[in-house]
Amino acid sequence: MYKIRSNKKGTIPCLLCGVCLLTAGAAFSQIHDTTTLREVRVDAKRITTGIIPSASMQVLSGPQLQRLNSLSVADAMRYFSGVQLKDYGGIGGLKTINVRSMGTNHTAVTYDGLVLGNAQNGQVDLGKFSLDNIAEIALFNGQPATILQPARGFASGNVLALQSRTPHFTGDEKWHGKASIKTGSSGLVNPSLFWQQKISEHIYSTISTEWINANGRYKFRYTNGVYDTTAMRQNGNVNAYRVEAGLNGLLADSSAWSVKYYRYQSARGLPGAIVANHFEYGQHLEDRDQFIQASFRKDAGGRYHLLANAKYSDLYSRYIDPEYPNEEHLLDNFYHQHEWYLSLTNAYQLTSWWEASLATDFIVNTMHANLYHFPYPTRYTTLLALASRARIQRLELQGHLLATIVNEKVAAYEAAGPKREYTPTISAAWQPFANRGLWLRAFYKNIFRLPTFNDLYYTFIGNNNLRPEYVQQYDAGFTFQQALRGRWQYISLQADGYYNNVRDKIVAVPSDNLFGWSMTNLGKVRIKGADVALRTAWQPLQSLLLNVGLNYTYQQAQDVTSGKGGFNYGQQIPYTPWHSGSFTMGADWHSLAFNYSFIYTGERYSQKRNIPVNYVQPWYTSDLSASWTVQRRSYTHKLALEVNNLLNQYYDVVLNFPMPGRNYRITYSISR
Amino acid sequence: MYGNLFNRLSVITLGFALLIAGCRKDIQPPQVDLTQIEGYTRGKVDAPTVRGLYVLNEGNMNQNKSSLDYLDLNTGLFTRNIFEAYNPEITKGLGDVGNDIQIYGGKMYIVVNNSNKVEVVDPATAIRIKELDVWQCRYVVFYKDHAYITSNGNYISVIDTATLTETARIPTGRNPEQMAIAGNKLYVANSGGYSPPNYERTVSVINLDTRQELKRIDVAINLDRLALDPYGDLYVTSRGDYYTVPSRMFVIDTHADTVKKRFDFAASNIVIHKDIAYIYAVAWSYITHSNTISYAMIDVKADTLLHTSFITDGTEKQIVIPYGILVDPDTEDIYVTDALDYLSPGILYCFDKSGKKKWSVETGDIPGHFVFLKNHQ
Repeated sequence: MYKIRSNKKGTIPCLLCGVCLLTAGAAFSQIHDTTTLREVRVDAKRITTGIIPSASMQVLSGPQLQRLNSLSVADAMRYFSGVQLKDYGGIGGLKTINVRSMGTNHTAVTYDGLVLGNAQNGQVDLGKFSLDNIAEIALFNGQPATILQPARGFASGNVLALQSRTPHFTGDEKWHGKASIKTGSSGLVNPSLFWQQKISEHIYSTISTEWINANGRYKFRYTNGVYDTTAMRQNGNVNAYRVEAGLNGLLADSSAWSVKYYRYQSARGLPGAIVANHFEYGQHLEDRDQFIQASFRKDAGGRYHLLANAKYSDLYSRYIDPEYPNEEHLLDNFYHQHEWYLSLTNAYQLTSWWEASLATDFIVNTMHANLYHFPYPTRYTTLLALASRARIQRLELQGHLLATIVNEKVAAYEAAGPKREYTPTISAAWQPFANRGLWLRAFYKNIFRLPTFNDLYYTFIGNNNLRPEYVQQYDAGFTFQQALRGRWQYISLQADGYYNNVRDKIVAVPSDNLFGWSMTNLGKVRIKGADVALRTAWQPLQSLLLNVGLNYTYQQAQDVTSGKGGFNYGQQIPYTPWHSGSFTMGADWHSLAFNYSFIYTGERYSQKRNIPVNYVQPWYTSDLSASWTVQRRSYTHKLALEVNNLLNQYYDVVLNFPMPGRNYRITYSISR
Repeated sequence: MYGNLFNRLSVITLGFALLIAGCRKDIQPPQVDLTQIEGYTRGKVDAPTVRGLYVLNEGNMNQNKSSLDYLDLNTGLFTRNIFEAYNPEITKGLGDVGNDIQIYGGKMYIVVNNSNKVEVVDPATAIRIKELDVWQCRYVVFYKDHAYITSNGNYISVIDTATLTETARIPTGRNPEQMAIAGNKLYVANSGGYSPPNYERTVSVINLDTRQELKRIDVAINLDRLALDPYGDLYVTSRGDYYTVPSRMFVIDTHADTVKKRFDFAASNIVIHKDIAYIYAVAWSYITHSNTISYAMIDVKADTLLHTSFITDGTEKQIVIPYGILVDPDTEDIYVTDALDYLSPGILYCFDKSGKKKWSVETGDIPGHFVFLKNHQ
């Protein structure tokens, strides 16, 4: 067992063996991936990448993740290739991701292995997930690189896997703890507490909690070259807390189990679109998300593996608009969802080179809302995934077939019809040279996203005749990872070219507020893209370590809707830049660490037609951070300072929702 | 060797950073976008009364993309985005969701719903005279040097057109929409559209001299548009509830202030020129999840449906969402706009009086409202 240390001294010797292990083929039997291999990786990825070279994936973890100027998971997503972060600005602003222009709903977000379901709108606000308790963020194009996973892991275009910090104890350690306080611009106050206790030899507990409060005020500026207006963002206040408690344990036969409870509660203002003569709004949103999940994993005799999961989640939100011109002069709507989830996966190693799994998931979703003409839907989803994986010398082949069976019932009005979909995925990876860290990869995935409850049933918006929105993904690329001798530590280069075809696209665009959406059907989108990621580390002096990362994304995402609704054939779809990228550089010198990051999003259009009135300027921000870490007895003290948007560039990610200019954060933490 | 590689790498990365950093264009002040309409003809007009046509584009909510286009009727030169171009000093321009445009007493009034404002501009130049704040404003009409503007705050804001200040507020039903004036009476379509299923179902009748409400005429749910014919009949559209109660059109006799007739077809917008009412309907149904689009003409003298349409050459099949209609007083040409999917530039069509398409031109997003610029203006 390895302990995650913030001090990186002494990890360098591990690096070489780590990289060698990774490049030596990611140790066949990916069934074992999440235990054995991951533990090797924990150590290796402190400096290197954590990437499984035979998979199309990106990872940020450990110190790499901590050093980026990020408050939430959403901020960290800016450092991934092929990802557009849709950010409504400010600490409380909705933040979702769109991977490879397929649309937000094609990304499943998992937390500790299980999907964060939201049948209402199919998207997860990543601004709600603070990085405080996150050990690793991995983005998988297609699906996570293992066949021992719930069927839901196979059932989306791509998977963003968030892994909270799991307990690791060495020697006779009995507990780990961390307390931190963060404050900064926009009235941010963010204390947090983390505690891990070794209850017995085989049972560990984790408690993590934090509180976030901010007035959300920041200056923004708009100009057209003649007018030049600076104002203060109003009604962006947020008050939120998060509590997580978990138990992890091992049984005598080394089966592993875990139980976790998660709760997030918030109240926030919705600051609204900055339009002419209308800068201030009074809308509010209250949220309460909670879930409890349990997981059991048995690896009996090496050949047979079982993974069982169960989850119950309960999402409540309330939207209040005191400016709504109805009879009561108030809109006060609540939305309440429940999800029950059961999953069982059996995997068997048939021969030394061939393994197969069968995953069965059953999900029930319900939604209540005090909306006029609301049907109170219940959705029953059964997912069956038959997956197999073979390794023949340096060639890896994997494939699965997913069956999705959906039935819906409503308490009133009309339900959407049943759906039966069968979708295949195949992938291959080949390591051309036995002793080189080069892997060539390709995959094809045919997958869809279901219409959400909002798509289907939302009063005056929903349409119960909607069909699933399909995406065909084709990807080819390579991963090259090589540990180097001398002052150069390693080099990691990944590149992918991809072609995605989205058909029957269901598109939601914001209507009169952040919480309300109006449906439109874009029809077909054809996406051609390339993602490149480079990472390297250099140690010019014994005490100085430099890390460099460079990401670049090219995307041509064309509206190819023809016939009815084909008014914009060949135009780049809204908010998709042709060019985007990031550059990060970190330096560790004694107990000091510095980081610089540059993020760039190129020109794009805010509306379907690529004409000057819809043009949106590129934006680019530079963020700087410095931290000082000191060890006193067995405690680690860390002080970090961040300056974000150093050059104070004013920009919108979503038109008329301004982003903060230059802003600051300071964090102190003590940990053991 | 690796040091050399590093040098190269740093040059590449630095170059990359600089390259992309240099890509933000200088901000250009807004400019007009000119098009000469292909195949434009106006025909021979003996005594022309109008010389230009303003087209107000709503723009989708929250996009702040309401815009003003202008057609020179003599030359067929179509100019887009004139408000922003001629008033570049106005923060964020015309604003969010333009809902009405009218000219009165040498001033043009542009009602911008989600910007809570009415822009008062010089009709000849489109340059701002004054901005008026009216919360969630909808439509404007004029009577004796006063502008009457409906607001979703359930009142009419009365503006003195000389001083451009609010002088009174007249209460109405909930969510008042379009207005019409017959004699000294103001008729207001109350919709109640924000409180389904508790829609309003009345037209308020207001004495413009006393500014007192005289009565409310019960018509049908969710009223929207009004148009007065030369004989004192007021045509009223009801949007229905989009489920089981369909859109319908009613006629109010403004002498008796009673409903005198119901037409059993859907109507979204009416414009009356001489003895003809030109009507189109985009009737949405949540049961079928589709729009039913129709066009009709009525002889307002006889109150009878004519068995012809104002589009006769099949162009109606191309029009996705008819969103505005107007008749040229000089040529009797009919202008119809198409809002397409609300997210793309719309189209302005011109039909001659026999219903044949003369020309079409691309406008801003969601063109829906017009006003003619008279010859002397």
